[in-house]
Amino acid sequence: MANNTPAANDDHEVLLEMRDLRIDGRRDDQWHEIIKGIDLTLHRGEVLGLIGESGAGKSTLGIAAMGYVKPGCRFSGGRITFDGIDMLTASEEKKQALRGVRIAYVAQSAAASFNPAHKLIDQFAEIPVQHHKSSKAEAYADAKDLYSKLQLPEPEQIGFRYPHQVSGGQLQRAMTAMAMSCRPDLIIFDEPTTALDVTTQIEVLMTMKDIVEQFNTAAIYITHDLAVVAQMADRIMVLRYGELVEEAPTRVMLANPKQAYTKSLWAVRSFRKTSVLKTQQQATQPIISVQNVTAAYGVLDILHEISFDLQRGQTVSVVGESGSGKSTTARVITGLLPPRLGQVLFQGQALPPDYRQRSKDQLRQVQMIYQMADTAINPRQRVREIIGRPLSFYLGMDSQQVETRTRELLAMIELNPDQFIDRFPSELSGGQKQRICIARALAAEPQCIICDEVTSALDQLVAEGILRLLDRLQRELNLAYMFITHDLATVKAISDEVVVMLKGKIVEQGSKDKIFSPPYPEYTEKLLASVPQMNPDWMKQLIAQRESRS
Amino acid sequence: MTTHSSSDSQLEPFTEPPPAARPSKFKRALRELWKSPLSAKLGMLIVLSYIFVALFAPWLTPYGESEIVGGPFELWGDKYPLGTDNLGRDMLTRLLYGARNTIGIALITTLLAFLIGGMTGILAAILGGWADQLMSRFVDVLMAIPSLIFSLLLLTIFGTSIPVLIIIIAVLDSTRVFRLARAVSLNVVVMDYVEAARLRGEGLGWITLREVLPNIMPPLVAEFGLRFCFVFLTIAALSFLGLGIQPPTADWGSMVRDNATLISYGDITPLLPAGAIALLTIGVNFIVDWFLHKTSGLKDGQ
Repeated sequence: MANNTPAANDDHEVLLEMRDLRIDGRRDDQWHEIIKGIDLTLHRGEVLGLIGESGAGKSTLGIAAMGYVKPGCRFSGGRITFDGIDMLTASEEKKQALRGVRIAYVAQSAAASFNPAHKLIDQFAEIPVQHHKSSKAEAYADAKDLYSKLQLPEPEQIGFRYPHQVSGGQLQRAMTAMAMSCRPDLIIFDEPTTALDVTTQIEVLMTMKDIVEQFNTAAIYITHDLAVVAQMADRIMVLRYGELVEEAPTRVMLANPKQAYTKSLWAVRSFRKTSVLKTQQQATQPIISVQNVTAAYGVLDILHEISFDLQRGQTVSVVGESGSGKSTTARVITGLLPPRLGQVLFQGQALPPDYRQRSKDQLRQVQMIYQMADTAINPRQRVREIIGRPLSFYLGMDSQQVETRTRELLAMIELNPDQFIDRFPSELSGGQKQRICIARALAAEPQCIICDEVTSALDQLVAEGILRLLDRLQRELNLAYMFITHDLATVKAISDEVVVMLKGKIVEQGSKDKIFSPPYPEYTEKLLASVPQMNPDWMKQLIAQRESRS
Repeated sequence: MTTHSSSDSQLEPFTEPPPAARPSKFKRALRELWKSPLSAKLGMLIVLSYIFVALFAPWLTPYGESEIVGGPFELWGDKYPLGTDNLGRDMLTRLLYGARNTIGIALITTLLAFLIGGMTGILAAILGGWADQLMSRFVDVLMAIPSLIFSLLLLTIFGTSIPVLIIIIAVLDSTRVFRLARAVSLNVVVMDYVEAARLRGEGLGWITLREVLPNIMPPLVAEFGLRFCFVFLTIAALSFLGLGIQPPTADWGSMVRDNATLISYGDITPLLPAGAIALLTIGVNFIVDWFLHKTSGLKDGQ
């Protein structure tokens, strides 16, 4: 960008300004301050990254830029100025006229934000037509133009599909096009790629970055993924507990984080499994052996000829994008989905294909930890009952023994027994819930635990805590883990063996070192190349690389 | 959701401040009651006074339930505050005893309907497959027949004693409870915690009572209030038609029928039992509305 042209001066004009902004949230009938006096300045055409864990207030701050707070929250102090307009005192009609037109919002879940009953292009045209920005025909033409700019396939026709007829990544791009419909001055991206696979995420990120640059739109990019924000943002603000921790231009921040908290965020990805490879155990009998399993939902085969072994004290990671059959494999092992062909052996003995035919002891040996801890524990049961049930059910303990053991297990997962034993799940944070799930699995004293994307719904710091905990437990109890994930950083951190899956088939399998060293099969390479890296030039290089190849 | 989630304790697991000391269940319930809207308070006042009357009818009334104390159709006065009925029984006495009989029978009937409908509904959702099909289609058949005509038919076949009345209405009403319980359970049985319980090897009893039931209580309780009103009205309607609660037991439905002729003479006495029914229905509905609002509001907050 040429900095000396008159247009460039425009870039330094302040578009959005927040001064000492304070927002209260209501909890337990009391107002708590959740944004504690934040200053924020955004210039025209600038992309500002907001990062922090959940509960840091980044979404609240992003939405506040539109002069809006969620129900149950209120502005309690400070000032928000958008292009000279005071957003806190402006009338509702005035703010309504700005929203969607001059300030647009792209939500995390595009699937939940589109109306499933209307075609994409009609939803695109709604705002420009309603605000008399353009006629319907003009809006249609503009939509097609933007769709092609965002590299959606068949830009002429794709708008006439319904939201369920396009993929998640395409939907997220259609949503970005919709946000662009009135050429806003500011777009707020609220974790737009968190729900997407790495391979899809990179495509969406590229097009988003491209279009923001093309129209010189200012953007606030909210995420908890540092590598993503490094690609997107010119400047980064780190938030914690509603307070600003640190603010700096992207390159400065990445090269030299000042605060301890920022440094800890940076260090998350450095976690590596500490246990040594126990190759000598290879000779012994595997705990679980999946042999030539082909499984189907109805007539459609989902898994084709899957075979792998799980050794005592080892972690096998199963990676692949969504739809690759990772979770289906877990369902076959647990007996929820009896395979069409092949079998699952437990310590050399074939497990009955259906879980209903397995003995209590066979069920006890293989435990499962789920992705969404929210739905994996009964919201109406206390921690005491959640963890205590497997103890009395499998091990036949009386209530006194259950109490003692439950307290031991809570201590083992690093939660204070006195404080947590009588809580309901709604009184726990996301990471704590996942710890309770781990304790429930441990209570059964299994040989093998299947972890289905256990960290993907958690913040990085929390996720790292869970990984460290799982690793420690594995060393102490000599457990075998089957770790299902789409996150290659997690795979690198915790695996001994890796199984790469694509469309129900195993593409590559072997030890971690073998998988993560060249030569790579084509798909593994694509997966590896799509993982965002902290280097802010990484995406540009990747784009250049892909363009030169095609 | 950012506004509600508490900070994670992963960094300092033991130092997280304990949540504000949770007040006891009783205290919290009292506070909820105090904060309830005026309509709900009014509803509770109405229902409580009905319960009071129902429990203490023998002490509140000047005469016996079916005691003939004067001439038929006596006017309101000192001796008979609300006059007498077609056989010369005191109207006020019968009105108060009526509360006891009608509410008691309606309550037992509704409880029975929920026991049958709720359990089968949850079971149908958990079992799925042919068991679900069998139960659901059977319920469809029962619901296809207009319920008032069906109950009249069954009452004529089995005779009109109170236990028969209770069982017939309960069974017919349980079909609607079944539909509701099955529908809300279907949303719960797909949850991972139910799958976890199945994989643990838990039996049907545990899954029904400990995993599913506690999670569908709010809609069931709200439905209980509404069903109670409908059962109440059905009993009154059947009594009015002469097939419900049999004389000489006092009951609001038959009281309206027996004294309906008075209306022609401009006397509003027969409207009093009808009014008593209406008032209770309104009271219960106020409470149900409040409860529904509260539980759905809770869902938004989670």
